[in-house]
Amino acid sequence: MKNIKFEPVIGLEVHAQLKTHTKIFCSCTVRFEEQENKNTCPICTGMPGVLPVLNRKVVEFALKASLALNFHINPVSIFARKNYFYPDLPKGYQISQYDIPIAEHGYLEIEKEGTIKKFRIQRLHIEEDAGKNIHRADKSYLDFNRAGTALIEIVTDPDFRSAEEAASFVRNLRSVLQYLDVCDGNMEEGSLRCDANISLRPVGQTNFGIKAEVKNMNSFKFIEKALLYEIERQTELLEEGKKVLQETRLWDSDKGKTFSMRSKEFAHDYRYFPEPDLRPLVINNNLIEKMKKELPELPDQRRKRFVNQYGLPEYDALILTDTKNLADYYESCVTAVSDPKMVSNFIMTEVLRYLKKHSLEIQENPVTAENLSKLLIFIKNGTINGKIAKDIFREMFTTKKSATQIVQEKNLSQVSDESSLQDTVQKVLKNHPTEVDKYLGGVQNLFSFFMGQIMKETKGRANPQKVTEILKELLKTQRS
Amino acid sequence: MSNPKEHLYQKTAFDLVSGFKNKQWKAAEIAESFLNRALDTNKKLNSFICIPHESILDHATLLDEKRNSNEDLGSLACSPIAIKDILCTSGISTTCGSKILQNFTPYYDATVVEKLKDKDALIFGKTNLDEFAMGSSNENSFFGPVRNPWNLDCVAGGSSGGSAAAVAGQQCAASLGSDTGGSIRLPASFCGVVGVKPSYGRVSRFGLIAFASSLDQVGVFTKDVRDSALLLRIISGQDSKDSTSSSNFVPHFLDSLSIKKKWRIGLPKEYFQQGLDSEVRQALSQSISLLGKNKFEIEEVSLPHSDLSIAAYYLIATGEASSNLSRFDGVRYGYRASNPKNLNDLYKRTRSDGFGYEVKRRIMLGTFALSSGYYDAYYKKASQVRTLIIQDFQKAFEKVDLLLTPTAPFTAFKIGEKTKDPIQMYLTDIYTTAVNLAGLPALSMPCGFDSKKLPIGLQLIAPRFEEERMFQMAHYLEKEFHVQNSKHHIVL
Repeated sequence: MKNIKFEPVIGLEVHAQLKTHTKIFCSCTVRFEEQENKNTCPICTGMPGVLPVLNRKVVEFALKASLALNFHINPVSIFARKNYFYPDLPKGYQISQYDIPIAEHGYLEIEKEGTIKKFRIQRLHIEEDAGKNIHRADKSYLDFNRAGTALIEIVTDPDFRSAEEAASFVRNLRSVLQYLDVCDGNMEEGSLRCDANISLRPVGQTNFGIKAEVKNMNSFKFIEKALLYEIERQTELLEEGKKVLQETRLWDSDKGKTFSMRSKEFAHDYRYFPEPDLRPLVINNNLIEKMKKELPELPDQRRKRFVNQYGLPEYDALILTDTKNLADYYESCVTAVSDPKMVSNFIMTEVLRYLKKHSLEIQENPVTAENLSKLLIFIKNGTINGKIAKDIFREMFTTKKSATQIVQEKNLSQVSDESSLQDTVQKVLKNHPTEVDKYLGGVQNLFSFFMGQIMKETKGRANPQKVTEILKELLKTQRS
Repeated sequence: MSNPKEHLYQKTAFDLVSGFKNKQWKAAEIAESFLNRALDTNKKLNSFICIPHESILDHATLLDEKRNSNEDLGSLACSPIAIKDILCTSGISTTCGSKILQNFTPYYDATVVEKLKDKDALIFGKTNLDEFAMGSSNENSFFGPVRNPWNLDCVAGGSSGGSAAAVAGQQCAASLGSDTGGSIRLPASFCGVVGVKPSYGRVSRFGLIAFASSLDQVGVFTKDVRDSALLLRIISGQDSKDSTSSSNFVPHFLDSLSIKKKWRIGLPKEYFQQGLDSEVRQALSQSISLLGKNKFEIEEVSLPHSDLSIAAYYLIATGEASSNLSRFDGVRYGYRASNPKNLNDLYKRTRSDGFGYEVKRRIMLGTFALSSGYYDAYYKKASQVRTLIIQDFQKAFEKVDLLLTPTAPFTAFKIGEKTKDPIQMYLTDIYTTAVNLAGLPALSMPCGFDSKKLPIGLQLIAPRFEEERMFQMAHYLEKEFHVQNSKHHIVL
């Protein structure tokens, strides 16, 4: 078996929590972080005799997502009950969609190094979320604040051939959902959850191998790591002539491994049947047209616009449009500073570097777009130079002070005054006669040595362009 | 009721409302008359699980004050109406006749209860029933069987036996029940009262604890057709809390009670075949010939898939029930087994101890019918049969305006007579389940008595949302039957 080359076949199931104000079948507010069970009512806690009534917004959000992901919308879809017992599931069944979901046959195109690859998506359906079990010491508690929150489940075809492809799909999907403003896409907090089905097969074979389902991958990084681990694990099994078990496995991010879940969990018979408490969901063309009109600019379109409108390189546009918030941040800076490439450079290097270092999302950035714009304007009009700007940015990031305030407090504005710069240059040349001689003798690269010395003298505040001019001038006079 | 000194508790809702509004009687007098009667007879009938007499008296006082200050009074002002204990009543325990909800008190009203309160009805307690409405004789209650007011050794019929017996036994003016496969019409037939199961979607199911969601409907028990017409209009109408409730126009049934035309009557031949008791058959024949004499067009029709209705019904109803009853898990409310070893033990013992035998039988049956590998052969097949049954009725209603059938194949049987044979028990519903599968309105009314002095029920079935003609026909028949029925009396 050793010499057979295997390829992974991966399909994904993504659950996205919709950002509707109220729950899917009752009018409770969607907020989990409050006191336990504060946002509950007889309907979302499964009291006897109550009935679900579908939230119209949920349908609209699901339609937006379906349209943005190129789905065929089913004119009539059916809600179904998925039956199983668990304390966080108040009714003993989850209302979902089964035989006929709201949308089928979608796809998402992802561009990588100039080529576009199309990933097919089987279906998108609407369902409700469960509550939360809380285990403390010897007792268990239940919090139903989350119970009845609206979800969409998106099931892809088994179209991914690497862990990286799968992770990049989820990243792109998240970006689309965020642009649509239907899901906040926070994987760590569980508003976007992803499970994967993964199997291996010899390259060239068309039928599928036996798959394992991997759960609990709550970040892009973990999706990639968990799938890489699974590929390795399954490859080893197959190479040793062993079989892959059809089972559900949990990713343990601390150990960097997947572990088999109890087989009992897998033996569920959900006894799906049509939900008799809800009528079939009928979507008419008017609603579809209305939703189409409401669709915002999507990541792909925005990326292309960034290239055309701002003249950015593809790479910059791709990174800056990764999330809606980052793209919005960029665009408000560009409006204020009107130097698209300079703004792009500063955000792509300094801003993103600091965010990554502090594990923050762009919306948590302590430096507002307005403040960053002021800093960038200081560079542009020569008040400060690029090097000092980086120091100021660091301080803005940690203290949340404005650029203006820091520049004033530390007297950091750039020295552009001719006479004082001339004095400094003269002083430096006087202090380094040997180097001056060598330079005049033809060692050209000593020019930067003088520049460095001058910057050192001025603590970096010298206007580099002015210094260059003066330095050239004075060296010329030395020669003669 | 030829007694010159008629008691208030013998009166209909309609008469009580007008008498109260005309200041003939005080609310306190009405409440007291019914309370004395109900408390006195309940030991024999066991028709009530709960009679909140203090809150009834308090409410009566409020109604008297309201009347004295000349405030507007609702169209059910001071009529004592009992509620089947499967409908949620805010602040009053709602048990479903089950140990598992023995101590459950909801903090919300069923929409129908809210509507009755809104019309100033006196909510007169909660009536006994087969556990979770599963039964045809009202012998499956955790609170014991209900007895028939015409013969205390006989069953009252089920599952709304308490609501039927309470009206027949003059413990309340009218009552609400629920009908999934005959649960209003059967006990109405056995107890000799009028029972109405409306079209599916006519009445909100919000607050009705579900047995089989696609079949359940709330309906009424009354002493006469006029009261049924009055009550049904009040509880009908679309409800934003029930997605399956219909926006269909609700006619003023009471104002349109006089018969508009000689409705064409269909007799489904499958409902008059073997298994029908000879005395019941005879009573039906008399009613039919009476209509013939009065120049009604009568025609035999066929509902060819009738023999499949019981099987289809028991697969769909139990399938839905197995899911609907999952929420009773001992986690959030109701009975919970003590000291569970683990989660599975909690579920297992709570549900084993909390549910009665028949409920568990049906949960098992329904779980099986929905299981993967069996779903297509059972639940799905039953749903297909359901479509055929709907089509049967549609074809029949192309020829006739109403169907007339017996409500049950026999009159009330002895307590304990059929409890050992579930199939025989299920066959009690043979003339009632198809109506639920098709979502049609139907009504049962007394049309005579057998030699055991037990009432015989006649069923009228109308096309969906055509309750109006059903009431007209029933009102007409009621006048014709009046003389022959008034010879008999309940034993209380």
